Amino acid sequence: MSASAPPAPARPLVRRHHWIVRLTHWATVLLLAGMITSGLQIYEGYARFGDRGSAAYLNPLEGTQFPATVRLGGWLAGALNWHFALMWPLVAFGLLYMGYLAASGEWRSLLFRPSDVPGAIQMMKYYLHLRKDHPPQGKHNPLQKLAYSSVVVLGVLAVLSGLSIYKPTQLGWLTALFGGFQLARYWHFWIVWAFVAFSIVHVILVFVVDPASLRAMLSGWYRGRFPSHD
Amino acid sequence: MTDPKLDRRALLRLGLAGGTASLAAACGWDGGNALRPKLMSWSRVNDWVGEKILYSPTRLAREYPTSERATQMPAYMISDTIPTLADPKAWRLRVDGLVQQALSLSLDDLMRLPRATYTVKHHCVEGWSAIATWHGVPVSTIAALCRPFPAARYLDFHSFDADYSNGWDIASAMHSQTLLAYAWNDQPLAPNRGAPLRLYSPTKLGYKMTKWLTSITFTDKRPGGYWEDQGYPWFAGI
Repeated sequence: MSASAPPAPARPLVRRHHWIVRLTHWATVLLLAGMITSGLQIYEGYARFGDRGSAAYLNPLEGTQFPATVRLGGWLAGALNWHFALMWPLVAFGLLYMGYLAASGEWRSLLFRPSDVPGAIQMMKYYLHLRKDHPPQGKHNPLQKLAYSSVVVLGVLAVLSGLSIYKPTQLGWLTALFGGFQLARYWHFWIVWAFVAFSIVHVILVFVVDPASLRAMLSGWYRGRFPSHD
Repeated sequence: MTDPKLDRRALLRLGLAGGTASLAAACGWDGGNALRPKLMSWSRVNDWVGEKILYSPTRLAREYPTSERATQMPAYMISDTIPTLADPKAWRLRVDGLVQQALSLSLDDLMRLPRATYTVKHHCVEGWSAIATWHGVPVSTIAALCRPFPAARYLDFHSFDADYSNGWDIASAMHSQTLLAYAWNDQPLAPNRGAPLRLYSPTKLGYKMTKWLTSITFTDKRPGGYWEDQGYPWFAGI
């Protein structure tokens, strides 16, 4: 592990995260856990993708029954009721978060732009031990911006693909955008694994690179090695 | 706010909450007796949104060419064996309840009425879908004959598949694509698909389409249904 722990000398405590960011962050953790676990129970109803009588889409998890430990709802109806209840607060917190980013201007320190590409390459080199020192950064480094921008896009796609499966006739235009009902199911399912991958990498990097950021996401205050403002 | 103890307490609380949630998921827990009724009540809110906001009585489900029909399509019943009639000739569809003219219709009566045909995609709540052609009489045609009173807001469809039934909102039932189907893929309806007569609609999930029909009752009270009473969404509009 080349990432050096933050040096001991007292750094000033700085305000890093607004309460809306902290609230929506942790609410999303719980709600997403509920959405994914109820979703895996729903998946069991028909664990493949493709119309009846047509070839199935490529899916290494075809026919997989997930262990009861990661399924919520007990049976299909129970899981559907969980899924369709949790979708409301999930969307509400998502909109609150994006509304906050827009109103506060904080989106500027999160949005990944083409000009972030060279910085992202430098960060990648650092993580791959091809570069010793941590590149200078603002509140977030370019790879973080890429991750946090992508996860918002992912969230929007998850909701839209979900709606297109929920109402494939009334929202037929949306279902068509995803390539039809079965492809919409397919994207909805694979977005889950993108969320899971994001979460694993996200948690690892928090502990390896910047443990102080965990406390910042809880209390809002940060005494770590990185700037809290661009 | 700057007291680190507070942070630790917050962390502990969060851990407890997260732990409880994971434990809940870990037991395949479905909300237990306390939460299940609340989730089912909330499902009625989703029904309301589906019915009052997202549903359009004039929007038609997409139709497909017959060449895209599925080569196979599952069929299920709740009885142990496929429900059949001892005397098919004696079968009648009873139409009653809040109507000005109760009806008793034979299959021949129904087949003499104007026939509707479409090739649409079937959506099962389990997640599968299959394209098939359905032929039958629109429920709205039957309504024109029996003339329901304005108080009739729901339809209750009953079958001879044990006690299988479905309650429908009248707007969905009057949709031009809601049929009483007596044929499937150009052939008379097979016994496993609900012969002699079944409900069909491409704006609902499959479990709302009562097979092996015996009666339609127009009513002012929202009827339940076989799966609906067990927790599946009541409106089930897609």
